[in-house]
Amino acid sequence: MKFTLMINEGPYQHQSADTALQFARAALAKGHEIYRIFFYHDGVNNGTRLSVPPADDRLLQKEWSELAKEHDLDLVLCIAAAQRRGIMDEDEAKRQGLDANNIIEGFRISGLGQLIEGGIQSDRTIVFGD
Amino acid sequence: MAMLHIVNKSPFERVSFRSCLNHAKAGDSILMIEDATVGAIEGSSFADKLKAAMADKTVYVLSGDLAARGLSEDRMIEGIKSVDYAGFVDLTVENETTQSWL
Amino acid sequence: MATKKFMFVNRKAPYGTVYALESLEVVLISAAFEQDVSLAFLDDGVYQILKGQNTDGIGQKNFSSTYKALGDYEIKKLYVEKESLEERGLTPDDLMDLVWEDEDDDWAEKPSIILVNRSEMADVMAEQEVTLSF
Repeated sequence: MKFTLMINEGPYQHQSADTALQFARAALAKGHEIYRIFFYHDGVNNGTRLSVPPADDRLLQKEWSELAKEHDLDLVLCIAAAQRRGIMDEDEAKRQGLDANNIIEGFRISGLGQLIEGGIQSDRTIVFGD
Repeated sequence: MAMLHIVNKSPFERVSFRSCLNHAKAGDSILMIEDATVGAIEGSSFADKLKAAMADKTVYVLSGDLAARGLSEDRMIEGIKSVDYAGFVDLTVENETTQSWL
Repeated sequence: MATKKFMFVNRKAPYGTVYALESLEVVLISAAFEQDVSLAFLDDGVYQILKGQNTDGIGQKNFSSTYKALGDYEIKKLYVEKESLEERGLTPDDLMDLVWEDEDDDWAEKPSIILVNRSEMADVMAEQEVTLSF
């Protein structure tokens, strides 16, 4: 089956991102396809490369990044939500006249249409939120 | 179309679990994940409401979340099925649609 | 592109969290994809479409007028749960007057709000192919 996952919360604050990551891994292990993972609301915070949790704890952003690389996943951060929360890629930072960008490898910033399109193209759309 | 209802908040914290049970239909499945797994325990003030739902719906709990919260499966309401993340995936495949009650 | 039945489920009051505002943004975008879109307002979600919202005292933007634009985008199925209103001491009169214009009926204005009881809401939910919760 083809899945689109929607993740509404940031890492650590809520368990949603962890649950979604575990779900994604299990789905891929079973041979399913993940069409897109769309990050909305505080979920865009899963895409920062500046997170430094304690050494003995998981680094969710990196886990997403590595999963994306290993399975060629499409990780999308909603542009409107990202702008609100200060998650920027290089192009967007330049466009906004900001002095830094902070997105981690493996994520791309795009519009809400990607969420709808994911829902249309996939067999199952699962929401992870609070 | 059978629906999988995913609940993630404790029934003692939020109304979402209660609201889910008020809207699930016969033949649907309900999966407790994250904090909602505390609702699986026998003898709580929520147990009767969940047992009533189990008359015509199948209820599951994500095993990892229950264990994380220090609750053992032998304390669960009888009839609740325990699944792991692979089982979670299977439930989303077996049911035509999914609704997350947040 | 295929046409699917999309439902956007709203169960939270506006302003206390961002979900009401940001879910509305998704709904507006969905209009461009010509899908069969429904909105569900139940539990505290009914507060999102209450009339008379005034945010002057809290420093947030009042976005309630955006719901009035939904009709223009052909989003005209707004299911509101009766029990959720009653539990909160509200009546249908408390809700905003949300309409759409039927081009097949000489552009007559028709109500977008469809009042349903809990059981009817469950039936509508069961028909959906993609259900997004916020």
